[in-house]
Amino acid sequence: MKLKEAAKKEERLTGGHRLCSGCGAGTVVRLVMRASDNPAVVGCSTGCLEVSTTIYPYTAWEDSFIHNAFENVAATISGVESAYRSLRNQGKMDEDFDFIAIGGDGGSYDIGFQSLSGAMERGHDMVYLCYDNGAYMNTGIQRSSATPKGANTTTSPAGEVIPGKQQYRKELTDIMAAHNIPYVAQASPFKPQDLMKKAKKAFETEGPAFLNVLAPCPRGWRSKAEEGIELTKIAADTCFWPLFEVENGEWKLNYNPKAKKPITDWLEPQGRFKHLFKPENEGLIEEIQEHVDERWETILHRCGEE
Amino acid sequence: MSNQVALTGNEVMAQAMRQINPDVVAAYPITPQTAMVQLFSQFVADGKVDTEYVTVESEHSAMSATVGASAAGSRAMTATAANGLALMWEVLYIASGTRLPIVMPVVNRALSGPINIHCDHSDAMGARDSGWIQFFAENGQEAYDNAIQAVRISEHEDVRLPSIVNLDGFIISHAVENLEILADEDVEEFVGDYQADNYLLNSEDPIAVGPLDLQDFYFEHKMQQAVAASNVKDVVLEVAKEYEEISGREYGLFEEYKLDDAEVAVVALGSTTGTAKAAVDNLREQGVKAGLLKIRLYRPFPAEEIANALKDLDAVAILDRADTFSTTGGPVYIDTRAALYDSDADLEVVNYVYGLGGRDIKVEEIESVFEDLQQIAETGNVEQKINYLGVRE
Amino acid sequence: MVKPGDGYKDIPKGGLILEAGNAKNYKTGGWRTKKPILDKETCINCHRCWAFCPDSSVLSEDGDVKAEIDYDHCKGCGICAHECPVNAIEMEKE
Repeated sequence: MKLKEAAKKEERLTGGHRLCSGCGAGTVVRLVMRASDNPAVVGCSTGCLEVSTTIYPYTAWEDSFIHNAFENVAATISGVESAYRSLRNQGKMDEDFDFIAIGGDGGSYDIGFQSLSGAMERGHDMVYLCYDNGAYMNTGIQRSSATPKGANTTTSPAGEVIPGKQQYRKELTDIMAAHNIPYVAQASPFKPQDLMKKAKKAFETEGPAFLNVLAPCPRGWRSKAEEGIELTKIAADTCFWPLFEVENGEWKLNYNPKAKKPITDWLEPQGRFKHLFKPENEGLIEEIQEHVDERWETILHRCGEE
Repeated sequence: MSNQVALTGNEVMAQAMRQINPDVVAAYPITPQTAMVQLFSQFVADGKVDTEYVTVESEHSAMSATVGASAAGSRAMTATAANGLALMWEVLYIASGTRLPIVMPVVNRALSGPINIHCDHSDAMGARDSGWIQFFAENGQEAYDNAIQAVRISEHEDVRLPSIVNLDGFIISHAVENLEILADEDVEEFVGDYQADNYLLNSEDPIAVGPLDLQDFYFEHKMQQAVAASNVKDVVLEVAKEYEEISGREYGLFEEYKLDDAEVAVVALGSTTGTAKAAVDNLREQGVKAGLLKIRLYRPFPAEEIANALKDLDAVAILDRADTFSTTGGPVYIDTRAALYDSDADLEVVNYVYGLGGRDIKVEEIESVFEDLQQIAETGNVEQKINYLGVRE
Repeated sequence: MVKPGDGYKDIPKGGLILEAGNAKNYKTGGWRTKKPILDKETCINCHRCWAFCPDSSVLSEDGDVKAEIDYDHCKGCGICAHECPVNAIEMEKE
C-alpha cells in the first residue's frame, strides 16, 4: 500500500500521548494499526507505550484498550479473544474484531516471555507486536535480554572493569518461529510499507502472528531524536537488525543491503556504545562484528539467499 | 426441582461451573483442584457448555486471561489452589480494582514451603486483603451453593467485585458426599445473562481498561471499591433469600450453631465447623452451654454482626487454619478481636492455630478447647492467648 | 469527560476511560523547542514525514500531506525534517 493511500485511513493512535519526543514506539504502532481493517482490542504490557498512551483520564487509543500488568499482555489478549470466540459461537455478537497484544522487549523477551509463548502455542487468533528498543526504557534504561552486547545501561553500566552488557541479545524472532506459528516477521520503521505489509499479513493470519519491530529510543540509545528512523536503516544496512519473515515455516529475506556496512556505523552514533571506542575495547568491537556476521550468514542460509 | 447425587467437592464444583455455563474459563491444574478442571474440560469436550476453555500455561496467565475475558464483557471463571493462588496474587488486585465480577473456586491447600499438598487456609488468607469477596464452606453442598450465589453477588450492580469460593482441599474436594444439585434450568434462570456496563468488545463505545491512574484519581477509584465492599453484606443476604426459594437451603453471613444461650463457643470456618458441631453436641449432652459460629462470608468481614453474635458469651476461641507469623495470632482471631473492640462485649477471646498442612483435627481436640474456655470463664484467667493445637513439642 | 477534581461518585468504576481517543484534548505542543515548517512548494507529497511522525502530527487530507502540521501535538522531534528527501521541512527555533 502506498503511503498516500495508507494516510487516507483513520488514525488509530491520536496525538496527545506522552511518549518522548522522537520515540520510535509511536511510529511503529501507528503504522501497524493502519494495517488493521476491523475494530480492534489492543492490549499493552506495562511499559513506555502503556504509561504514555493511557494516563487517566486520557487515552490515545481510538480502539478498545486493556492494560493488565507487565508480564501478561499475551495471556490477557488470549482471554479477550476467547471471550470473542465464545460470544460469537453463541450468537451473542457477529462483528469482526482484530486482537493485538503489544509489549516492549522487557515485556516480551523477559518477564512476559512465558505468557507470550503460551498464547502463541495455544493458537489464539491474535497479533503480538514487540517494539524492541533494547532495554527497560520506561524505568530508566536497565538491560534486558534484548540489549545488544556492549551497551551501556543503568544495570549493565560501562565501568572501570566491565565494559557494558556482557551477553549477546536473545533472538526472540527465531524463538517465535520455532513455535511453528503461521506468521513471524522482523521489521523496521525505516521501511514503512514493508512494516505495514507485514502487519497486514499478521492481522489477516488465522491464528497467532508475531512481529518484532526495532524501535529507536533517543533517551536509551543516547542518540539524536531526529536520527531515530535513520538509525533503524543503519541497523538493517549493518545487518544488526535483518528484515525477514517466516510464513508457514518458510523463511524469506525482505532486505538485503547493497553494500553491507561495518557494525561501527551502528555503534558510533549511539552514546550507549561510546566506551567501545576506547582503545582497550577494540577487541570487543571485532567480536561484535563477528557475531553479527555469523548471524547474518545464518539468516541468509535460512532464507535460501546463499 | 433438584437431584440427589453422591459427588466429591471437586465434582460438584465442576457441576456448578457447568450449570453456570460461563463464556470463558481459563484455568491451570493444581492439586487438589485438578479433578475440578479435568471434569470441566470433559464438559467442554462433550459440548455440555458454551464455554471457551483456555488451557493457560500458569495460574498467573489463568487470572490474566480471566481478567481479559471479563473485561471483554463475558462471564469468566477460573479455579485454583495454594501456590496457584499465590502466583495469581498480583492479578487478583487488578481484577478487583478493575471491578470485574469473576468467580473462582479455591481448593484450600497449604502454601509452600516446605511444599505440602494438604488442607489449610494459608492460601486464602494470603488473598484476604486483595479486594475479593471470600466465602467458606463446611462441605461440598455449601461450596456448590456458594458458587452459584457468588455469580449473582459479584455481578450485582452495587458490588461488581470478584469472589473466591473456598472449599477445603481433600477434606471436601476429594470426599464423596450425598448432596443436592439444582436442576440445570433453575441455575440458568437464577444466574441469568451477564451484561457488563462497559466492555472491550463494543466497537460503538470503545473503552480503555487499566490506565495509569496517578495521585489525582487512584484514591477515588479505591474509595469506590471500599463502598462496593461495604455493599456486599446486604447483597449476600438478598441473594441468599432468593436462593432459598429455589433450593430450600438457608444462608446468612454466618451460621450460629447452638449459640443462642451458649456461654462458651468457638469460631471457625471450613470443614472443621462440622467437627466442631460434633464437639458442641457432645458437650451439650454433658450440660455444657457450648456453641459455634461458622463464618460463611469472610471477606468483607461482617464485623458488627459477628461481634453482636458473640458479645454475650463468657469466652470464645477462634480457630485459625493459618498463621500470620505476626505473633498476634491467626487472621480470623485478629479480625474477630478487632470486631469485638467496638462492642460492649465483656468476654475473653483466645486463639488456636490448628491443622496446618492438613494435620487432622479431632472432635476431642475441639472438646479440649471448650475445656480451656470453661476454665477461662470460671477463673477469668487466660494463661495463653495464642495457642497451637495438635502440634508436637 | 472526567474533570480534574471530580469525586468518586462522579467517575466511572474501576478506572475505565469511556471516551476513546480523548488524548487529542491533551496538548503536547508545549514540549517543543523547535518547530517544523513545511514548505508546500518544495514538498513532493511522498508522505514519509506523515509515516514517521510518532505523534500523528503531520496531517494528510485526501492523500495530500500539504494540509497542515498539528502544532497542538507535535513535540518537535525533527524526524520529519531529517527524513524529508527534498528538504521541504525546516526546524525553526520556537
